[in-house]
Amino acid sequence: MSHTLIARSFFGTTMGFHIIFATLGVGIPLMILAAELLYQRTGDRDYSVMARRWTKGFAVLLGIGIPTGTIAGVQLMLLWPGFMTFVGKVISLPFQIELYAFFIEALFMSIYVYAYDRLRPWQRIASVSLVTLGAMASAVLITNVHTFEDTPAGFKLVDGRIMDVHPWQAFMNPSFVDQAVHVAVSAFMTGAFFIATIAAYKMLKQRDYIRIYTFHRKALMLSLAVGGIFSVLTALNGHETAQGVAQWNPEKLAAAEGLFETRTHAPLAIGGYVSEKDQDVKYALKIPGMLSFLAGNRFDARVKGLNDFPRDEWPPLFIHVLFNGMVGIGFLLLALSVIGFIWNKILRRPAFPKIMMWGFVASGPLAILGIEFGWIFACTGRQPWVIYRVMRTEEAVTGAGHLAGLFTLFLAVYIVLLIAALLVLYFLFRRHPVANDLPPSSGKPESL
Amino acid sequence: MHIADATLAVIILWTFIFVYAVAASIDFGAGFWSMLYMNRGKLGASEMANRYLSPSWEVTNVFIVLIVVSLYSFFPGANDILGSTLLLPGSVILLLLAFRSAFLVFSHSAVEKYRRVLTVISGMSGVMIPALLILVLPVTHGTFIHAVNGVKLLDFSTLFMSLSFYAFTGFAITNTLYLSSLLLADYARVAGDQEAYRVYRKSAIGLGPFTLLMAVMIVVALQNDADWLFLRLQGNFFWLLLAVFAFLLGYLALFYSKKGKAKPGVPRASVVLTIVQYLLAGYAYGKAHYPYIVYPYVTVAQGFTDPNTFRALSISYLIGLMLLLPGFIFFWKMFMADHRYIRADKDSVDDRGNK
Repeated sequence: MSHTLIARSFFGTTMGFHIIFATLGVGIPLMILAAELLYQRTGDRDYSVMARRWTKGFAVLLGIGIPTGTIAGVQLMLLWPGFMTFVGKVISLPFQIELYAFFIEALFMSIYVYAYDRLRPWQRIASVSLVTLGAMASAVLITNVHTFEDTPAGFKLVDGRIMDVHPWQAFMNPSFVDQAVHVAVSAFMTGAFFIATIAAYKMLKQRDYIRIYTFHRKALMLSLAVGGIFSVLTALNGHETAQGVAQWNPEKLAAAEGLFETRTHAPLAIGGYVSEKDQDVKYALKIPGMLSFLAGNRFDARVKGLNDFPRDEWPPLFIHVLFNGMVGIGFLLLALSVIGFIWNKILRRPAFPKIMMWGFVASGPLAILGIEFGWIFACTGRQPWVIYRVMRTEEAVTGAGHLAGLFTLFLAVYIVLLIAALLVLYFLFRRHPVANDLPPSSGKPESL
Repeated sequence: MHIADATLAVIILWTFIFVYAVAASIDFGAGFWSMLYMNRGKLGASEMANRYLSPSWEVTNVFIVLIVVSLYSFFPGANDILGSTLLLPGSVILLLLAFRSAFLVFSHSAVEKYRRVLTVISGMSGVMIPALLILVLPVTHGTFIHAVNGVKLLDFSTLFMSLSFYAFTGFAITNTLYLSSLLLADYARVAGDQEAYRVYRKSAIGLGPFTLLMAVMIVVALQNDADWLFLRLQGNFFWLLLAVFAFLLGYLALFYSKKGKAKPGVPRASVVLTIVQYLLAGYAYGKAHYPYIVYPYVTVAQGFTDPNTFRALSISYLIGLMLLLPGFIFFWKMFMADHRYIRADKDSVDDRGNK
């Protein structure tokens, strides 16, 4: 492996590990907020119990999310000093503002957890709202730096020197809004499906205890409602985002769809793999004209192919698989929500069939997998650039060595932390089963 | 008087470093005391440290990110040299920080059997972090940097063999423990927990002289390893003298007893005076170090960011501060000044000495 590739794998692993916890860190507070609001509205103690139990689990996840976020922030400087020198001059605003978001999140998270009993209901709701807002804002702001890398703006390069810097223009770079919305709504979706996973699993395991079954059923319905809304929004916004890619980073879309020759009526390739030798996507299902339609809203829209770009500026062709994976999971989750909605609200069936329940169980891990695919696609699809057509990744990397050894060490630590967190969560909830938290009889008794 | 933007930026940065140094000393120190007294069966003192730590570690942690982000926002020109020289020590700090934070959180949720081992890992890694963090200072003195194929790297063997290494790490550890025991003594006094107060006051009294000794050792080390800084520090002798004076007052405040009070000491005054001591010494050190970020490679002016970016950052600082201030005040009220929190579930158990 080359020095740059090791550095990329190293940083990519840190990010890949961190985004699991960062995404849940955005999504779960929204679920806690929803449960708190429902509690205030319905007076049903079950929702209060949900909020408190989710908070306990969330606190454990923060134990990894916060240090890995710190690692990511510092590793940017340690591994990519060339890039960060550029960032410092042009696009440091989002990093700076992100810190205020961190502070808001940290302050009010502590207040919500450790001052819970001393807060009035509206103060609790305000605290969780601020935690959600802070978490979402930090996701949006770090995405801002990412979109600057895709669509740099707000500066001029004169003989390799950065001139005429306008930080707010850099901030409002063309792909910012679409991608930021994409990251935020998909994180809300992921948090909801993560809860759905747990609730559905518990329902399958605990059919005999009506009281506990009912509790988890409420949690499942809440998470499906939130997950459903945000999976629709993710899909709608995903379309916008893809059109942005077509406009601003055409070679990324061309590689994602394995399109070699520029053409109108370009087909959408689903599945298969991209073969440079055959100049085609092998074993793919092709929908004629669909790529043109998606990229330009008309079947005769011209879509640029890879051969229009110098070979050394092509992204790696395997991103087709990642792109398919992300979109496929998105549609699967959307279908799951829609069918669930029809089943429950329109057909008014009280219980879901077993196969759907297992679908819900799978939804959380699938959503996280989709997030991973999406981020790896977005960053690998930008290669060989770290800043699109401004700076190549190998110009950004550190001159210091020892990267392979450090990479191994960090990887080992991430694995240890992950195992430790899973064990802690397992023992925490085994020792405090939901039966202990539930009031003897709460709310309206529900028939199954 | 007109202050250059770059100078203003470095003052802001140094202020953040100062705030973090104080907050982190208390934070990491509290983690260590919580571990130590848990193992020694002094549960009141251990619980007191936890009570401080639980809500605050997350907020403290944001400050270290704030320092790094401010550094690369304000002085991107220093990224290359700091990135390559600090790659290894920085990575070790990050790993320790990961263990420390994760296991601190896990220890609160874990079953009794594992709580002890998690607390020990978290407490021990926590106390090593300040020792490594402070090494950034001797690195910026330039003595331990050498160039290999045009890349500036840290010369570890020279660093480990130097007096600077031992003086700075010793300074960091003793002061972390000293300041945190002072603050926890004050916290215990607010809580009315006399036993915990006695424990932390005793620790502080034992540690105080060593912190001064280490400070003197740093000055000696500078004379050996960083002549340029030592000479410039002599010009700020007055501030250093004031710092020693503040230390002595703070230390003596541990022994001062008001009439009618059974237990001697005014811990609040000790905390404040000790922080004043760091402020004075930090000012002297910073002034001597200025204008170098990394001597002699990068000055403040050479590393400075684009002026437009600096302006935008400054405005964002002002707005951010105004937005955050109410949050910080509310936080302070909830955890540092609310007796219901600090005394919680102690009234019935440990409160015998009180009233």
